[in-house]
Amino acid sequence: MSTTPTLDEPDVNGPDERGRFGDFGGRFMPEALMAALDELTAAWHEAMADEAFTAEFQRMLREYAGVPSLLYDATKLSERAGARILLKREDLNHTGAHKIRNVLGQALLTKRMGKTRMIAETGAGQHGVATATAAAYLGLDCTVYMGELDTERQALNVARMQLLGAEVIPVSSGSRTLKDAINEAIRDWVASVDRTAYCFGTAAGPHPFPAMVRDFCRGIGDEARAQCLELTGALPDSVVACVGGGSNAIGLFTAFLQDESVDVFGFEAGGDGVDTERHAATIWAGEVGVLHGARTYVLQDEDGQTVESHSISAGLDYPGVGPQHAHLAHIGRATYRPVTDTAAMDAMALLARTEGIIPAIESAHAVAGAMELARERPGSTILVNLSGRGDKDMGTAIEWFGLGQASSDGTPEPATEEQIAEGAK
Amino acid sequence: MTSTADAFARTREEGRAALVGYLPAGFPDVAGSIEAMRTMVDSGCDVIEVGLPYSDPVMDGPTIQAAAQRALEGGIRTRDVLRTVEAVAATGTPTVVMTYWNPVERYGVERFAADLAGAGGAGLITPDLTPDSGEEWIAAADSHDLDKIFLVAPSSTDERLRYTADACRGFVYATAVMGVTGARTSTSDLAGPLVARTRAVTDLPVGVGLGVSSGEQAAEVAAFADAVIVGSAFVRALLDAEDRSAGLKALAVLTEDLASGVRRG
Repeated sequence: MSTTPTLDEPDVNGPDERGRFGDFGGRFMPEALMAALDELTAAWHEAMADEAFTAEFQRMLREYAGVPSLLYDATKLSERAGARILLKREDLNHTGAHKIRNVLGQALLTKRMGKTRMIAETGAGQHGVATATAAAYLGLDCTVYMGELDTERQALNVARMQLLGAEVIPVSSGSRTLKDAINEAIRDWVASVDRTAYCFGTAAGPHPFPAMVRDFCRGIGDEARAQCLELTGALPDSVVACVGGGSNAIGLFTAFLQDESVDVFGFEAGGDGVDTERHAATIWAGEVGVLHGARTYVLQDEDGQTVESHSISAGLDYPGVGPQHAHLAHIGRATYRPVTDTAAMDAMALLARTEGIIPAIESAHAVAGAMELARERPGSTILVNLSGRGDKDMGTAIEWFGLGQASSDGTPEPATEEQIAEGAK
Repeated sequence: MTSTADAFARTREEGRAALVGYLPAGFPDVAGSIEAMRTMVDSGCDVIEVGLPYSDPVMDGPTIQAAAQRALEGGIRTRDVLRTVEAVAATGTPTVVMTYWNPVERYGVERFAADLAGAGGAGLITPDLTPDSGEEWIAAADSHDLDKIFLVAPSSTDERLRYTADACRGFVYATAVMGVTGARTSTSDLAGPLVARTRAVTDLPVGVGLGVSSGEQAAEVAAFADAVIVGSAFVRALLDAEDRSAGLKALAVLTEDLASGVRRG
């Protein structure tokens, strides 16, 4: 956790005072929200400089969320991979993902600002559940916007949010998914900004969200870096994370950006393949534009209309990406590649079988990416952010693998590393 | 091209507020939207706002969202929007485009400004582009003699009001409520103070939008603003009509009601 907003190395960390990471980021928002965004920026800067705030944040993470998470030496997976794979076990956090770090930070800031209500968007429901959790914990009202299609795909998470006392509003406009949930949350915020904080779920959107969410999540990398040094006596050769909006990835990457020896890899959702129209590989296949308040890579058509993304993982199914990732890709500090649905599902099964860990399908993209890197860099050390657990994805897994019914055919075998690497291309 | 300045000079001379009417291009289709906007001109709109339908319209309520979505499903392209501007501007009524930013950036800011000016368009209203991020647009607008209409809101600080108004040309768009577009049963009590605060920092005309749906409300707003901006109520008139000719008739009736309202204010 940095104690001050990182303005010291703007080329890599950024942003500048206008919220820009190089040519990316900024603040493309209605004037009605400018005062609120300025207020939030000032409150965040003050809070991060206030030891009482950062100490309380760290206390909540430690005593409530189970942070720091383990760094696990995945020896059996490593044996299969031919490289040493270390897993940062964010799946073991309260609510089952890295998201709790961000929401506890934002909820604490909300209280500090004297606001009584948090709103959030959610795709898979993980950020919604995390926000509802933080709201319950800190006594805030909570409304979560969720694409109608996602409420159907993730009914269990809708129920979890409701049990936690949040109001869940299905969004039936546009593509009825995450991007439309964001639109609706912004509309709510314009009308309710006096008492409401928008607890944004990823390191994207208008300034200060990309930098603020990063700073609340950067404990992932700070811890992992120290844990790796203690465990192996050296830094990893590469760090790997899945990238949708990119909060878990930037949370991991930040600690390593100044380490020249460490290569940084983000794996985007390749869906049916980046040669098809059904994917969410925004950096790989998108073009520079403005979406949800920031200049970044966007999946868009010739006229600048946002194109619907696709991924088997709802948490990566987003046609934009955080602006710092766009910048890191642009300057070549990080490399972003696509991983197909098939490769991710194979990696999910592989990790379950070899290590007894069921990852979220989002995180399985990172595992698949690590297997691909292991083939390219045998013997190297690869640190993977296992950003979430897979319980929420069992419905998808049941359908994909044909699970759930005892049969004489046995259960399907996970793919070989060769097949996984093939699928990732 | 007729400029918005001409229109405001005339309405000021007549001692009344201007009526600014909005419809998205391509709703119900391109020809239909042109016909509808011409009806609004014939029935008393002083300025037309042509909406550029966008996939992620964060400032719009359900009515305009629905119309924009229909236009997009109908295959509307940015070039069709410019064609619409050309057809409406040909009436001699100043015609501005209201658009979210990404389609302009995608088209090319300079190219958009050139083609908008070429179509006879008078300028651009940019709901998600503030002057802070607007350098490129401001330069392109200035070189093509186009109006830059930025928004101010009840939450704008005095400093931002001045900053925004200083960057505007044509008029300043005051959003009367904290919320998205959509007809409301009563006008906002935030509008009057916002107009007064804006007037204190600029000589430009100040238009008030978001929420006006009747002649009565138009008269209330016209009492303190230089322009009354109406959008969702026009879209609603078309959405609710049984067929196209009924829609145009409803549009004409509504425009006349609003036009008489701005003359009572």
